Amino acid sequence: MTGRVLRSGLLAAALVLAVALPFTVSNFRMFQFTQVFIYAIAVLGLNILIGFNGQFSLGHSAFYAIGAYTAAIMIDRWSVPYGWTIPTAGVLCLVAGFLFGIPALRLEGLYLALATFALALSVPQILKYFENWTGGSQGIVLTKPGAPAGIPLNPDQWLYFLTLAILLVLFVLARNLLAGRTGRAIVAIRDNPIAAEAMGVNTALYKSLTFGVSAAYTGVAGALSAIVIAYVAPDAFDVFLSITFLVAVVVGGLASITGAIFGALFIQFVPNWAQDISKAAPWAIYGVLLIGFMYAVPRGIVGGLRLAAARWSRRREPAPATESSRG
Amino acid sequence: MDILLQQIVSGLATGGIYGSVALALVMIYEATDIVNFAQGQMAVVSTYIAWSLLNAGVPYWAAFVATLAVSFVGGLLLERIVIRPVEGAPVLTVVIVCIGLLVIFNSALGWVYSYIQKPFPSPFPDRPLRVGNVYFGAHDIGALAVTILVLIALYCFFQFTTLGLAMRAAAQNPTSSRLCGIRVGWMLAIGWGLASLIGAVAGMMVAPIVTLDPNMMAGILIYAFASATLGGFTSPGGAVLGGLIVGVIENLVGTYVHFIGTELKLTVALAMILIVLLVRPSGLFGRTAVHRV
Repeated sequence: MTGRVLRSGLLAAALVLAVALPFTVSNFRMFQFTQVFIYAIAVLGLNILIGFNGQFSLGHSAFYAIGAYTAAIMIDRWSVPYGWTIPTAGVLCLVAGFLFGIPALRLEGLYLALATFALALSVPQILKYFENWTGGSQGIVLTKPGAPAGIPLNPDQWLYFLTLAILLVLFVLARNLLAGRTGRAIVAIRDNPIAAEAMGVNTALYKSLTFGVSAAYTGVAGALSAIVIAYVAPDAFDVFLSITFLVAVVVGGLASITGAIFGALFIQFVPNWAQDISKAAPWAIYGVLLIGFMYAVPRGIVGGLRLAAARWSRRREPAPATESSRG
Repeated sequence: MDILLQQIVSGLATGGIYGSVALALVMIYEATDIVNFAQGQMAVVSTYIAWSLLNAGVPYWAAFVATLAVSFVGGLLLERIVIRPVEGAPVLTVVIVCIGLLVIFNSALGWVYSYIQKPFPSPFPDRPLRVGNVYFGAHDIGALAVTILVLIALYCFFQFTTLGLAMRAAAQNPTSSRLCGIRVGWMLAIGWGLASLIGAVAGMMVAPIVTLDPNMMAGILIYAFASATLGGFTSPGGAVLGGLIVGVIENLVGTYVHFIGTELKLTVALAMILIVLLVRPSGLFGRTAVHRV
């Protein structure tokens, strides 16, 4: 019970911090945090697939790209208000993910990793190929939307709060989805697909659906990133983006919703630190950190914190069970 | 007709390279159930070592052999030092570690050698070979020959030596092998060394065609994945044959299907992987995985 109180306390503190942040730090810092929220949405989407459902994907940069380009093309070519592009990107990626999930049904573990890896590698090429839609290698330049009339925020602050709000909605949705009947089915498929099937879970449907939902989250994140950065270009959506998301999932903690935030913070800020350490080879530092992390904290930040908390509380109240058995 | 023949031969040459990388992947997969995403990048490192040696004035074949030796030891040490701590860890952890390696190698190479493309010499004459009315690139033929030689050597090693037998045993049944006194850990390390060596050959043979830069192998790795998938991830011979088939298909599609050309090359690989996985997931020669419930 105290754990729950502690958790909601921490959550409230984090929220207050998040709301106060844009008024205390520089615009650039705030932009970085907007980016963190966007990453967190994508990472949560990927974590639903990998952490909860046990399916593997190295191809989520593809869905991120679909989301981003949906938003960019709708805004730039058809002058659709940006607010409409976000749900459209989500729905489009839901369908795309569901369809990609159908062949993925037949693939296990590493094969799925391979197929999605190939998907991620081919996306920049495909984007460059359909030049008159996507603007080819030049990409599409957008204008940053301002806050609606009557709200006294600058455009960056407005987008910060918009992203934060969408993040919160999506996190609550994910929590509700995963805590209920559907979530149990999703987790059951990860833990033992045969037993799940025997209990009447429609594995094929749930796996494709999970793929779809996961892609939808990533697509929404992609659309937000297109709006916030106000620019899309094919080379931003290469396989390294997928790898970055995967890193965030593992670093944050598999099958943990809050882990997505930690993972997003990691992929946003650690590369910058790496750049400070070594100008020449920042990715090398990043790689070393990554491997070191896997050795030291294989369960990710949230897993590590849980472990530490469990140890600490055990030390504080020396095992009651052994006390009573002695007496 | 002549063009067709030429394209097939040059397809076989690149196919041999895909096949070699695929074989390296399959060897590691068979032994440890790991798909080594860093395989391609390791091959690039080897190729850069060869480049440095050649630039220092070492004759080609001496540099070739020296690179193979260094690659073997490097792969072996990599397994001992980096992969061993995560042996038996969840697949995801191992994949992340491999990706970490990929990133480190890529960045370090870019740092040391810069990302500028470098020409890499071919040991074979420039003059094309003429057979009847058809000209074949000497490098294509040479690369194919070198690849085939390496494969035959490997086959003999695995089939006719005690060490090869021990390695196969360790891959197939680690527990029983350990009881027979085989040091399974070291067998895995040697497997990594050999995979790295095969990668080095592939890298040195492909570098004259695509020119050397730190990202040289990304596209080749994906074609190697396609080859291994087509041939079957559990069949070394299948992986090589898969590579040859994929190489020929790639060349023919690039030449004759105009809307694809070279711009959608990677998409062709993706399509091949998906089609194989949908139609015949275990590949042409792979075993179907059977689980006991």
